Amino acid sequence: MVKQSGILLLIAAMAVISACGSNNGNDSNGNSSSTNASTNGSSDASANESQEPAKDPVTIKYLTYTANGGQENTLKSMVEAFEAKNPDVKVDYEVVPYADYDTKLTTLISGGQAPDVYELGYENFRKYAGKDLLLDLTPIISADSSFDPSTYKKLAYDAFNYNGKQMGVTESFSDVVLFYNKDLFDAKGVKYPDASWTWKEELDAAQKLADPANGVWGTYSPFQFYEFYKTIAQNGGGVFDASGNPTINSQANIDAVQWMIDKAEKYKVSPAMNDDTFSQPDADLNAFMSGKIAMARFGIWNFSRFKDAKFKWDIALEPGNTQKAHHFFADGIVASKDTKQAEAVWKFMKYFTSDADSVNKRIAAGWSVPAVADDAVLDAYYKQAPPESKKVVIDALDSLVLPPVGPKPEKWGELQAAVTEQLDKAKFGKISVKEALDNAQKSVADLLSK
Amino acid sequence: MVGQRNWNRRMAAFVFLLPAVLGLIAFQLLPMASSVVVSFSDWDLLSKWTDIHFIGWSNYAEVFTNEKSYMSIKNVFIFLIGYMPVITVLGIFLAVLLNRNIRGMKLYRAAVFIPVITSWVAVSIIWRWLLNGQSGVVNYLLSLAGIQGPIWLQSEHWAMVAIIFVSIWKDIGFVSIILLAGLQDISDDYYEAANLDGASAWSQLWRITVPLLSPTLFFIVTISLINSFQVFDQVLIMTNGGPAGSTSTIVEQVYRNAFQYNKMGFAAAQSWVLFGIIFLVTIGMQRLQRRWVVYER
Repeated sequence: MVKQSGILLLIAAMAVISACGSNNGNDSNGNSSSTNASTNGSSDASANESQEPAKDPVTIKYLTYTANGGQENTLKSMVEAFEAKNPDVKVDYEVVPYADYDTKLTTLISGGQAPDVYELGYENFRKYAGKDLLLDLTPIISADSSFDPSTYKKLAYDAFNYNGKQMGVTESFSDVVLFYNKDLFDAKGVKYPDASWTWKEELDAAQKLADPANGVWGTYSPFQFYEFYKTIAQNGGGVFDASGNPTINSQANIDAVQWMIDKAEKYKVSPAMNDDTFSQPDADLNAFMSGKIAMARFGIWNFSRFKDAKFKWDIALEPGNTQKAHHFFADGIVASKDTKQAEAVWKFMKYFTSDADSVNKRIAAGWSVPAVADDAVLDAYYKQAPPESKKVVIDALDSLVLPPVGPKPEKWGELQAAVTEQLDKAKFGKISVKEALDNAQKSVADLLSK
Repeated sequence: MVGQRNWNRRMAAFVFLLPAVLGLIAFQLLPMASSVVVSFSDWDLLSKWTDIHFIGWSNYAEVFTNEKSYMSIKNVFIFLIGYMPVITVLGIFLAVLLNRNIRGMKLYRAAVFIPVITSWVAVSIIWRWLLNGQSGVVNYLLSLAGIQGPIWLQSEHWAMVAIIFVSIWKDIGFVSIILLAGLQDISDDYYEAANLDGASAWSQLWRITVPLLSPTLFFIVTISLINSFQVFDQVLIMTNGGPAGSTSTIVEQVYRNAFQYNKMGFAAAQSWVLFGIIFLVTIGMQRLQRRWVVYER
């Protein structure tokens, strides 16, 4: 028979171990995957080294996420080309999926294992720069006569300037535009969208194009934080005013969110707000691919996904209300403040972001749009069709909105969560849009006051 | 001589235990101890050790004043209220059924146990499909019975119900197999004697089975309690804490604060509060145990 004291002991032990187990579980998972990955990386590197025993090259560590999911080989060939040109530098790179990237990087940095050079999106760049973790490149840039910042698109280059210090180099950018199914437009005899369209024309067209009996939606845009900050900008609103105070519950914002909901609930040209199918990952992209959506706001990184669509499609600038606004996402690479290989790192950064060789590889593989200024270089990119109107990708930059990181970049994650929670409530009609944005305004103000 | 032999045996035991103990110290005890220290600091994972400020009890105060944090504690108690009674009663019922002597019983027992050994990730993803409000099987079956099913995972009220339901489905096998072991430990003599005395099946259940099963029941209730306080996987995958935070749980908040919001100090404080809650509840269970748990010998 089981002894009473035995059970007591067992339970006490279980309580202690399991209470802390969940944290440790996460840690040990993170660690074990990192050791696996890095052993893979280093075995690659050592295999390379054995081929060239003459020199004693320095090794720099590079951490990246944009290569994940299909561009690993492009990255590999870019790194190999760089190493061929710079035999004194070896790049030990590691590709991490975007969803785990920030966690992994944070863990590496807190463990004193920061990679020498790594990739950051604009929002995270603000956070890491604010924490004083990045190498200030300004002195290196001014000392390097072979480097010319005007090689890059100014907007994208300046995105990696933090308080007057250049702390990263832009690598590529992407934006979001209006994708449309030409066949559906032709079938209903509706004119294709163009730059002059506003929300009103979009709605008119959507009402003609929507075909509920066949499950065809007139227009689609996701309902989440990123869509929120762009849509309010299209109505002249914003998350922050010029001096960084939150303005989430402004009338312009309320009207814009109401419009997002009305498209679904009032005009029925978009899937219902509680449509469970569209809550599944990639359901919207799949629906467009199967010809069930006439117009949709999607990121340009989806071009290759629709390459084999059974219908003709193209892109246009997004309709706005009082003004145009388009997402702008810049990815750049930064150097760790503690790197001992600043020189090698700088060579790699230059090569990776603007060398003709790596830029061409990037375009040929359809990876992303390199943020270089020279239109001749980008010509190859423009020529890749579909879509035919590829220049729209560049035109959209005239009306870009950056993610509203706000005065406290380290609170970005919480800010998003706070607004999203209220958007969720408004979405299900629990509370009015005004109440939701009033609540969001209050919680963001609280968040920033701490 | 005798002393020497004893000493050698102790040394041998020590040497054999050393690797396990070192692992325990390095990967369990040290992190636990350091999390106590971290819970009084504002460490953000990124700053150097020298830049850490100690901020006293304010992380602990925030656990109870921060709305997201105390809502997550409340949600865990809602989960418990829905989960515990159902899984205990259903578990006993299923264990009694599985204790019968009929053909193919091993197959039934295996079937009941399969969800337990399936990964939470797979289970959560499958159930997300099954519970789909428009095209899910669950709502289709309900519609056959003339019931209009809710959009389970998109509704502030039904999302938690769905989480509880799936958790019961997954854990019921474990509960009933342990209870089955307890049932098989009860000697047939009692039932024979009761039959001779003309006791009804109902009073046999209440006066023989339940009292003699009570040590096992106590074990099950305690383990389930501790597990429920740590609901995480199913929540993260099925609803990601939503909609509008209605399925957010303590461990989910610990994870978010630690690894997404860079508030390691606050997350450490939250996990120690969670430990405190589990500790108190377990002590409470121990006290109550004397009232209802019967040990045969």
